[in-house]
Amino acid sequence: MRTGVIGIGHGKFGRREVTVQELAFEPFREALDDCGLHQKDLDALIVGSSPEYHRQRSLSGVVAEYLGMNPKPTFLVEAACASSSAALATADAYIRAGIYDTVAVLGVQKMLELSTPEILALMGRVGDVQWESGFGTTFPGYYAMFAHRHMYEYGTTREQMAAVAVKNHHYGAKNPNAMFQKEITAEKALASRMVASPLTLYDCCANADGAACMIVTNEETAKKADTPIWMAGLGSATAPMSVLRREKLSEIPSAIDAARNAYKMAGIEPKDVDVADVHDCFTIAEILAYEDLGFCEKGGGGKMIEEGETHIGGRIPVNVDGGLKSKGHPVGATGVSMAVEAVKQLRGEAGERQVDGAEVALMHNVGGIGQYCFVNILRR
Amino acid sequence: MGKLGKVDFVPFSKVDGIEERLKEGKISATRCKKCKNIYLPPRMDCPECLDEEMEWVDCEGKGTLVTYTTIHAAPAGFEDDAPYTICLVDVEGGGRLVGWLDGKEEDLKIGMGVSVGIRDLPEERMIYFVTPEE
Ligand SMILES: [Zn+2]
Repeated sequence: MRTGVIGIGHGKFGRREVTVQELAFEPFREALDDCGLHQKDLDALIVGSSPEYHRQRSLSGVVAEYLGMNPKPTFLVEAACASSSAALATADAYIRAGIYDTVAVLGVQKMLELSTPEILALMGRVGDVQWESGFGTTFPGYYAMFAHRHMYEYGTTREQMAAVAVKNHHYGAKNPNAMFQKEITAEKALASRMVASPLTLYDCCANADGAACMIVTNEETAKKADTPIWMAGLGSATAPMSVLRREKLSEIPSAIDAARNAYKMAGIEPKDVDVADVHDCFTIAEILAYEDLGFCEKGGGGKMIEEGETHIGGRIPVNVDGGLKSKGHPVGATGVSMAVEAVKQLRGEAGERQVDGAEVALMHNVGGIGQYCFVNILRR
Repeated sequence: MGKLGKVDFVPFSKVDGIEERLKEGKISATRCKKCKNIYLPPRMDCPECLDEEMEWVDCEGKGTLVTYTTIHAAPAGFEDDAPYTICLVDVEGGGRLVGWLDGKEEDLKIGMGVSVGIRDLPEERMIYFVTPEE
């Protein structure tokens, strides 16, 4: 039994003056249009989102109602920035188990309805609130500490990190759903204001509102679609959330474990990946991902971006939809957004950003600073 | 947590008595009586043997700099402190802690020896401070 993707939808990411359920409606309708189904054909709606950003409580119920899904079942799946990857994995399991045939997986996040003080307060509670947050740690601060450690162990440079931002903005400029559709230069990135040393503003992705949706179904139904895309490998793992309890700080251990599981299930090796979307919440995170996913040897991530190996035409094009960096990062929507891009690439529908002949796509979605990681492999 | 750190987020924990130890200038970890594992940050439940028999042990306050960052965009409660430098230190004897740097970021080298002390903050709070060793 395989699970297939038959419908995709992706809303515009950025500052959206709409409610969370209105945000959800756009990609949901698009995904249903894409496969010619109606709500009555769906067995459930599984929502991935991080509820702490929303004013609206009991999110999936409210969204299901607005999308016309009553009385079909719905529930929320949460794994911080990887929430909708967790939702996708849940849908996959339900389908493989034969409990549901066809499921809508929705990633949705409204982040920009919070006031600045509310955002600052949330920002102060990303780490272990018992032992770390009292020292003023922040989300960029954690990745900044990974960056300094990686620079120390492997000689990675700020210029290499800036090259990630330049690449992702280059491709994001061609993605109409991206929050920032503009090219940037390395000079501008390096000169931008410091957020948490060594990371500057252009090393960081931006909070955004956004939603993405996909319709997944069992093998029998998927085979009837024009170009079904198969969920070939699903891997997930965890690591200590606290940097005080994590042995190595120059890698995301959960990503290494999740990747191993996904490759094993799909029966492929890293070199078989034709195109990848990785979790570049910060530029250093993309460099860590190259290594954690086995795209290069440990410490080789900086060189990999520098030598253009992850550009289109390179060995493994990465984040050619713009990544979190250019698309924006609506926490709960990011996982499904990555999966939607993988499906577009495998169908050959990625337009200017198409990687020719892509047969195998990988997505790598990190929750928080690596307490969760989901790696999925999709194929034609 | 028990007056440690500038802002307190956690009102209750099984880790009791750390405030008194901090006031005595002690950097303290817990040790499982059964498997002898040392926990810094301290905890009262051992995940190795799923046991709850713990005792306090004091550390020397010497360690190695693991990594660091200077926070410029500060969260709520730290607006007036920025920029401040956060250090992660592997403490001799076991465990790791986070502390604020007493010194200049430029002088830091990962892997260098550091000493850790405790300082008072306003409102009877306390914080670990990290000083590079020559
Ligand atoms: Zn024990």
